[in-house]
Amino acid sequence: MSAPNKQYDPVEVAALSAEAVAAARDEALAAIAAARSLDDLKAVRVAHAGDRSALALANAEIGALPPQARAEAGKRVGAARRDVAQALSQRQEVLESERDRRVLEEERVDVTLPWDRAPRGAEHPVTMTSQRLTDVFVAMGYEVAEGPEVEAEWYNFDALNFPPDHPAREMQDTFFVAGPEASARSGIVLRTHTSPVQIRAMLTRPLPLYVVSPGKCFRSDALDATHSPVFHQIECLAVDEGLTMADLRGAINAFVEAMFGEGLRTRLRPDFFPFTEPSADVSMECHVCRGASTRPGGAPCRVCRSQGWIEIAGCGMVNPKVLVACGIDPDRYSGFAFGLGIERSLMIRHGVTDIRDTLEGDVRFSRAFGMEI
Amino acid sequence: MRVPLSWLREYAALGSDVAAGEVARRLTAAGLEVETVEAVGQDISGVVVGLVTAIEELSGFRKPVRYCQVDDGSGTPRGVICGAANFSVGDRVPLALPGAVLPGGFEITARKTYGHVSDGMICSARELAIGDDHTGILVLAPDAQLGADFVEYAGLADHVLDIAVTPDRGYALSIRGVARELATAYGVPYRDPAEQDLPADVAAESADVWQARIEDASACDRFVLREVRGIDPAAPTPLRMRIRLARAGMRSVSLAVDVTNYLMLELGQPLHAFDGSALAGPVVVRRARAGERLETLDHVVRDLDPDDILITDSSGPLSLAGTMGGVTSEVSETSTHLVIEAAHFSARGTARMSRRHRLSSEASYRFERGVDRELPLRASARAASMLAALGGGTIVPGCSHAQAEVPTVTITMAVDYPDRVAGRVYGQATVARRLREVGCAVVEPDLGAAEAGEAGGSGTEAAPGPGERATGRFARHEHGRHNRGKLRFTVTPPSWRPDLVNPSDLAEEVIRLEGYENIPVRSPRAAAGQGLTSRQRLRRTIGRSLAESGYVEVLSQPFVSAADIDRLGAPEGDPRRRAVRVANPLSEDEPLLRTTLLPGLLRVLARNIGRGSADVGLYEIGPVFRLRSSGPGVAPILRVDRGPAVAEITELNGALPDQPLRVAAVLAGEREQSGWWGEGRAAGWQDAIQAARDVLAISRAPSRITEGTPAPWHPGRCAALFVTVDGDEVLAGHAGELHPRVVSEFKVPARTCAMELDLSAILAAASLAGPEQAPRISAYPVATLDVALVVAESVAAADVEAALIDGARAADGAAGLLEQVRLFDVYVGEQVGAGRKSLAYTLRLRADDRTLTTEETEAVRDAAVAEATRRVGAVLRGAA
Ligand SMILES: [Zn+2]
Repeated sequence: MSAPNKQYDPVEVAALSAEAVAAARDEALAAIAAARSLDDLKAVRVAHAGDRSALALANAEIGALPPQARAEAGKRVGAARRDVAQALSQRQEVLESERDRRVLEEERVDVTLPWDRAPRGAEHPVTMTSQRLTDVFVAMGYEVAEGPEVEAEWYNFDALNFPPDHPAREMQDTFFVAGPEASARSGIVLRTHTSPVQIRAMLTRPLPLYVVSPGKCFRSDALDATHSPVFHQIECLAVDEGLTMADLRGAINAFVEAMFGEGLRTRLRPDFFPFTEPSADVSMECHVCRGASTRPGGAPCRVCRSQGWIEIAGCGMVNPKVLVACGIDPDRYSGFAFGLGIERSLMIRHGVTDIRDTLEGDVRFSRAFGMEI
Repeated sequence: MRVPLSWLREYAALGSDVAAGEVARRLTAAGLEVETVEAVGQDISGVVVGLVTAIEELSGFRKPVRYCQVDDGSGTPRGVICGAANFSVGDRVPLALPGAVLPGGFEITARKTYGHVSDGMICSARELAIGDDHTGILVLAPDAQLGADFVEYAGLADHVLDIAVTPDRGYALSIRGVARELATAYGVPYRDPAEQDLPADVAAESADVWQARIEDASACDRFVLREVRGIDPAAPTPLRMRIRLARAGMRSVSLAVDVTNYLMLELGQPLHAFDGSALAGPVVVRRARAGERLETLDHVVRDLDPDDILITDSSGPLSLAGTMGGVTSEVSETSTHLVIEAAHFSARGTARMSRRHRLSSEASYRFERGVDRELPLRASARAASMLAALGGGTIVPGCSHAQAEVPTVTITMAVDYPDRVAGRVYGQATVARRLREVGCAVVEPDLGAAEAGEAGGSGTEAAPGPGERATGRFARHEHGRHNRGKLRFTVTPPSWRPDLVNPSDLAEEVIRLEGYENIPVRSPRAAAGQGLTSRQRLRRTIGRSLAESGYVEVLSQPFVSAADIDRLGAPEGDPRRRAVRVANPLSEDEPLLRTTLLPGLLRVLARNIGRGSADVGLYEIGPVFRLRSSGPGVAPILRVDRGPAVAEITELNGALPDQPLRVAAVLAGEREQSGWWGEGRAAGWQDAIQAARDVLAISRAPSRITEGTPAPWHPGRCAALFVTVDGDEVLAGHAGELHPRVVSEFKVPARTCAMELDLSAILAAASLAGPEQAPRISAYPVATLDVALVVAESVAAADVEAALIDGARAADGAAGLLEQVRLFDVYVGEQVGAGRKSLAYTLRLRADDRTLTTEETEAVRDAAVAEATRRVGAVLRGAA
């Protein structure tokens, strides 16, 4: 419509007046400020900064002015248009961020809603306890030794210095495996403890020997709250030159501190196991009350029944007869062993009161322990 | 063993200020674990010795009742109502005065009853907690001092220690043994009860005493008889003896029985009294003969085994030696002539007999654990003198004594051996002193012996002798060989410690008496362990992975029934029927060991559903047990006096059943739960099979999946999985949906799914795979091509996929280009025709050195499709 070399048009010269430019600018700025939405602003942009806007037209007219007037008019109109453009962009930014905020606000959800579409799994607490106990020994440099659950009597008893017909053997309430004929003995049992793994380790591994053996054991005990025909033990065995009861005590202390807490004292008292001599039972200071329940005025302790001590394990120096049965020279080597019940450990550490809970496989029991124990 | 503290004090000179709890602590520290300490007789007051001065029998009541006049020592009789009738005027009785307190806090008051005021109560033994007897009141000895406090008179106030005696310490099943430990623990004088009140020559024999003979020296190596005649069979057992028996947990029966029991408790020597009038001919100790029978005191007629040890006379068996007497020679309420037996029977022999006849008695319990061989002469002498004194009889002087030679045991032990066991230095003097306290004779080395010691080792020297004891138990052990030149003790253990055989037995005595609390602590030396093996780690990882994918681990019991295998639908001859049988199962219904993990898991699944947990996935990792094809094995019992030979170990291990490790899972209900988000997804065969595939994937063992059909699976919804071990493909197991019949047999929900894999095979296959080699990660663009292949419905997707992969890889120049093949759609319907299905795959191709051209990618695709066409007749969809 307008062209740079258009002849001077006196009718339109008025539009270039400073007042007119200022008015157009102010009108544009006001419209911009008044725009409430991005759509409003779009319309304002067309009306006040578009090709047909007053300032655009004014700009087009500049070419028609006498040369001496062009510079000043150009400066004036240019400034006005920059003001408008700047205001537009600022307003655009404000409105865009308002819109974004509104959209995100609208997308808000209740983040506390559950999303447990897959049921939770769990390892058995006996497994986790066994692994944890094992790891304590492994960290002390022991290796994990394994053996069969259906075991030869020789490994389970004879080699462990349980003489035939000895009361110690009968006290174990053994499940015997049937032989080829109903009446004949098979010489095979369900292992009554994890100790036969000691024999297997001594027969197959080079000396010195530091092994730990967790596993399932069987005794023909009727099932009740504290007895189970199936249970788990873990025991460690060390055979080396010069091992003494002092080393045994050191290993026990390290183990108890790792499993139950720093600084817990332990106590050994004489006991009897055919495969160790001397033998002892191991008690540790109650990890809950640390003996406070035994002192005058101390609150009663459920965990140790206010005894201050909790019996946790059996131990002893490997009986030289056991070494001999394994072909190990008892003059050169000595050893120690100690073992504990995993269910018992679970009862002590986690307050399990009925051993049947560990056997029945109720998912509520295992799930309660989760994935780490 | 229940032990009254007052009885111990009689032989251990304990200070009167020592408390029972402290005694318990010291005994426990010395190896006699005191489980409970019970205060007895401390809660009785106001009971006095009374004298019955008059009795009026009341009539007109439903039961006989007496109104008695009883003098409480004041001289003025009190009227007391009493329901018992076993006393007469002039008897002395325990009288509870009004205000008296009886055990259990039972308070006595004067009260009106049967028309009279009963001004107190005459007590029975049970009311005083000194026995079971409540049929009559307790009649006291005529010399009981009238008006005396009954608690003081009877010595009622006491503590009873209950000691758990370990099976190696037979000597502690007696007051004699416990008192010795107590005296040692407190360092106070000890009086041996076995040495009290003995005749001048305890071993004097006499032909006047009933004759005895040992026929089998392996059954019995000492047998003593003594005789007492003219006993009053009604003579009462003294009150204090009755109280002690009661406190030790034994019933008072008759004087003869009570005396033998009393001495057994005090000395540890079981004794038996025969009615002399029932014996015929010499008493012989021998083994049973075929066909012999004996009715024992518990009125069971027993068929005897040729291994049984019998006491016999010319009429036949009289009793099971050291176990239980027979009825024919039982002492009765008319017996006046007693023959007392005290013997030393074979520990093993009594143990076997007791087990064989399922008959455990106080006597057999002690013989099994070892009785002092020097006791029979002494204990029988004391029994005779007590019976004569208390029953008014006459002792036939001397005894009848048969015995067999036994070797004497001496042990040589390096002086510092206990030090080397304990890890601290005790010193020669301490070791010798402690061994003497135990009762050992100790010959200490002199300096000259140091050189002599160079020549020989230390150990047990057992003179050869008859009987089982000369073998096995007396195996010679060398200790301290590498300490040649060290000084040695020569130690002879006391007769009451047959458990002391080896230097380690002596070391234990020294160390326990010196106190376990005084053993030092040495920090562990780090052993050079290699951590878990890769198999052990993999087993853990598989368990953990199943748990993380929603399965809950179960440790089910391994006991099953044959019916469980039937329920699985296993055919005849199926390996799952080769079950190991337990000879003595807890339940006769479940005598077998599991041959598969599934029945146990299904039982637990049903239990969980029954308890309201409907959406359940369970898994178990554990062995199953299968007889070898040769049937049940017999494992030999190897020697223990040396290490076994390789061949022996092979034979031993070869007798055991196969025990492969398995992993199994079962699932029912929703695998994805319903919720506010909408419907869940039911667990299906796909989940079970995926669980199996996940296990195989974790193991990295080369594996293959195909259709499987055996029981207990749904024949159309079962996968068989294989792994390659050493180039051979072996079956790893099955997964899928269970057969509807199995589902209903095990009472689990319809469409219950499961998987079971042979973890031993998988671990073996995995162990052959080396470390995983890293893939090359190319940054060049990926080319994806989709192909839809139409195949017969019976074609397995796994086979199509394998063909595509092999075809793509074999394509010229395409080695390494195929990055992934992924099935993204399965279509069955009219568009592909009946009996056919369309499988749509995306092939992802990429080179690690260039951008692939269209020609290259299409060539690979075409090669892949061509291979699928060749192998499974696949046709490109739309191309037909
Ligand atoms: Zn506590």
